[in-house]
Amino acid sequence: MEEREKLIAETKRWEETTFSKSVSRFPERKKKFESTSHIEFKRLYTSIDEREDDYIERLGFPGEYPFTRGVQPTMYRGRFWTMRQYSGFATAEETNKRYKYLLEQGQTGLSVAFDLPTQIGYDSDHPMSLGEVGKVGVAIDTLSDMETLFEGIPLDRVSTSMTINATAVILLAMYLAVAEKQGVKPEQVRGTIQNDILKEYVARGTHIFPPRPSMRIITDIFAFCKDNVPQWNTISISGYHMREAGSSAVQEVAFTLANAIAYVQAAIDVGLDVDDFAKRLSFFFNCHNNLLEEIAKFRAARRLWARIMKERFHAQKPASCMLRFHTQTAGSTLTLQQPDNNVVRVAFQALAAVLGGTQSLHTNSRDEALALPSEEAVRIALRTQQIIAHESGVADVVDPLAGSYTIEALTDEIEAGAAAYIEKIDAVGGAVKVIESGYMQREIADSAYQYQKGIETKATTIVGVNEFTITETPSEEILRINPEVERRQKEKLNEAKKRRNQEEVAERLSAIKKAAKTTENLVPPIMDGVRSYATVGEISDTLRAVFGEYEERT
Amino acid sequence: MPERKIRVLIAKPGLDGHDRGAKIIARALRDAGMEVVYTGIRQTPEQIVNTAIQEDADLVGLSCLSGAHMTLFPRVAQILRNKKAEDITVIGGGIIPFEDVAALKKAGIKEIFQPGTYTEDIVQYIKQNVKPRQ
Amino acid sequence: MGLAERILKGDVRAAARLMRDIDDDLPDAWHELKKLYPKTGRAYIIGVTGLPGSGKSTLVDKMVEIFRKEGKTIGIVAVDPTSPFTGGAILGDRIRMQRHSTDDGVFIRSLATRGYLGGISRSTHDIINVMDAMGKDIIIVETVGVGQDEVEIVNTAHTSIVVTVPGLGDEVQIIKAGLLEIADIFVINKSEREGAEKLEQELRVMIEMAPPRQDGWTPPIFKTEAVLGKGVFELIYGVSRHRNSLIESKKLDGKNKLRTKKHFLKLLQTRLLESVLGRMEEGETLDKMLQQLVDRKGNPYGLVEKIMREHLKSHLRSDHGGKGKTHS
Repeated sequence: MEEREKLIAETKRWEETTFSKSVSRFPERKKKFESTSHIEFKRLYTSIDEREDDYIERLGFPGEYPFTRGVQPTMYRGRFWTMRQYSGFATAEETNKRYKYLLEQGQTGLSVAFDLPTQIGYDSDHPMSLGEVGKVGVAIDTLSDMETLFEGIPLDRVSTSMTINATAVILLAMYLAVAEKQGVKPEQVRGTIQNDILKEYVARGTHIFPPRPSMRIITDIFAFCKDNVPQWNTISISGYHMREAGSSAVQEVAFTLANAIAYVQAAIDVGLDVDDFAKRLSFFFNCHNNLLEEIAKFRAARRLWARIMKERFHAQKPASCMLRFHTQTAGSTLTLQQPDNNVVRVAFQALAAVLGGTQSLHTNSRDEALALPSEEAVRIALRTQQIIAHESGVADVVDPLAGSYTIEALTDEIEAGAAAYIEKIDAVGGAVKVIESGYMQREIADSAYQYQKGIETKATTIVGVNEFTITETPSEEILRINPEVERRQKEKLNEAKKRRNQEEVAERLSAIKKAAKTTENLVPPIMDGVRSYATVGEISDTLRAVFGEYEERT
Repeated sequence: MPERKIRVLIAKPGLDGHDRGAKIIARALRDAGMEVVYTGIRQTPEQIVNTAIQEDADLVGLSCLSGAHMTLFPRVAQILRNKKAEDITVIGGGIIPFEDVAALKKAGIKEIFQPGTYTEDIVQYIKQNVKPRQ
Repeated sequence: MGLAERILKGDVRAAARLMRDIDDDLPDAWHELKKLYPKTGRAYIIGVTGLPGSGKSTLVDKMVEIFRKEGKTIGIVAVDPTSPFTGGAILGDRIRMQRHSTDDGVFIRSLATRGYLGGISRSTHDIINVMDAMGKDIIIVETVGVGQDEVEIVNTAHTSIVVTVPGLGDEVQIIKAGLLEIADIFVINKSEREGAEKLEQELRVMIEMAPPRQDGWTPPIFKTEAVLGKGVFELIYGVSRHRNSLIESKKLDGKNKLRTKKHFLKLLQTRLLESVLGRMEEGETLDKMLQQLVDRKGNPYGLVEKIMREHLKSHLRSDHGGKGKTHS
């Protein structure tokens, strides 16, 4: 106490003398320094800012509750984060080639990007698919495309993350079917499906069915995997997209965890035990520009989630309280102007994610403001991670910034801000209600608008865009999706449809419909469906007929 | 008689669900005194054109981030021509590489706004290039 | 060919343009409206009002689906508020009805209130007339959302539907906004939510306790889940019951007369005011006169009398001369 009083007095002295003198000659750059969450940065943080709490309670040890310092005791001293570059485009053959290239170059996990028709349950020949086939990811219509995608890649030896949501159940079934054909059992496969439908309504837009039936599909997947695919991460509860849509760092944590609470509750409501499925929940966060705020954000999220799992859901096992997450650097910060600058941005963002303790990381490529990354650009993105891992030294100490007055103060503040939002959401009835009312969407749109205004009034500086601009001639070689892709994919689809047993397909679709109408787990009949080469569109339409389609709210 | 209000349609054709930009533009145009019909995501070109006609829009703003712009934007322009409504100005934005801009303009898209564009520039563009019929 | 002629020939673009001209109050708009008026009076007009978030748009979307299956053609007017600060507006009601935008039997128009209070725009009734002249069997007007004054829809619609949702404390709002008097039909949407039963009971009690209506109609209550389309069929049936009751009790004519009266008086009021104010601008400015009132150098009563005298005098004079200033 005495120490503290002394420090407070000394700080005052410093402010009134040394600081005052200096600032009267050289004023500070701004009146107020704020983070994206409007957290005001103090000029200086000292031990005065430390909460009186016990170190053990607030920070603890890595690998132990509340996991502020990391979910593994050795963190990167044991094993580096997984370098997992999201990719996929055009056809399964081309994507398969890119995967093999990346694995050769040292990538340690696969991440599959699917095209929009696949994500939204349309076959490549559907009218809504016009112009979209193979553009933002690989086109998958039937199991035969999936077989091509993983040809020559042993599914018992890689871990695969699939960014798929509304149609996750179908693509997971296909993955298991491919593994089956390779002689790999379901209990051997490792990977993740994003499977986070709530954020689709809020920020990403690839939903199909309304919220309630979508939650049912998700809990079916939880239940099935718990018994059959124990190493599979059944959901990647995402904040990345909400951040990309314009939310602040605090909102990113708050809305992600609010959605997570809804999923956990839904699983409990169908009779699952929290300690049975919680360890397979994983998260997906954004990594944005403000280094200090971002590092603190990850630590705050870990601590807050651990508390929620223990105090609200009474999880008994430590693994149930661990917030394991993948991070992607912020796509929305990439500029069209002076694209090489993006390499630098990504490097700092990636650094923040590592200092924040991420389990896996995707780094964006410099040309992504305009297109999917070229081979060279994606190699540089991967090298960025490798340089951080092998050359910067930050991976050699666990949670190296812990104890920094600034970082701990920010961690506390972000946690408090997020908890306040969650309380508000609880008061209204939870994430699903709040999404149906459009509250999350509006909060995010408001943040986004303010941010844009900040750029246009130069309150926020974006190098190369509103400051330090040059006249540029576009020169970059970017990746172009060959328009032939769509035509070829439609041909493949036709061929696959001809080869299969139509009666069998009809029977299997019928079985899926029946299961959808009852409470029967949807995964087994969908697995039967994909084995018979029913298409993504056919299975989705079967479910649409029972569940209806979601209608957008603003 | 007061100046006629400019009426604009902001729409996202195709399957791309990222509406941050479209919503920001809609808001900026509203703040500039325009009436903005916002039809959200997953619009077909046919829906967009019919809406533009029913709403007597002066301008249609299309947003696409999925790379499908070369198919979808010209289709909107084509259907407008078919319905003899080519006097409705069409502009576009999103993830659109430089190389595609010329082709899009040739197809009838009057202007393309790329990432980094200020909303204020779009407001000014519309005010200068679009006049409601007198 | 003028807009009116083209509209009567089925030209959708011409109809949209005339609606714009009406909304912008262009002088020629009246010219066209005169031509269309004889073709109006056929359409049945349904007003849908309720708080934002009550699901009006989704409900309208589902109603249209059913009406279309019955072979009826539809006009929809969806009204959203104009920003008082910027004069602009975001018109987003269409989002939930967009699947009908490629149906030739449906015409959807979004309007901004442009400062008009009452839940609709100044132009709404005239735009309804255009849709009527286009031959639309049913015209649905979705109002802004209910506040104290936003009950103008009752002057325009044959059947007024008030939409509520459970759990928002709506009962209080309904009494405040005088909606109890205007509602011909109540809908409890999102009726799967907690509190639906309670709300229904509370509404029934309020309906029973209210003084009996002149037309003898007791508003029914329908529970719907618009997103799933549940209860909408029953609602439509309720609308046709109301319509039939108006016809059978011979009240429909009376209602139409009342609607026409309100519309006519509004038009007259608007033009008279414009004319008077227009003349005033020629002499002393309105601003100067107002300042005098504020300074108590005159009073508003005497000022009005003065203006009326001068206005009538100058009109008598100008009758012998040229045409009136604005509209002929």
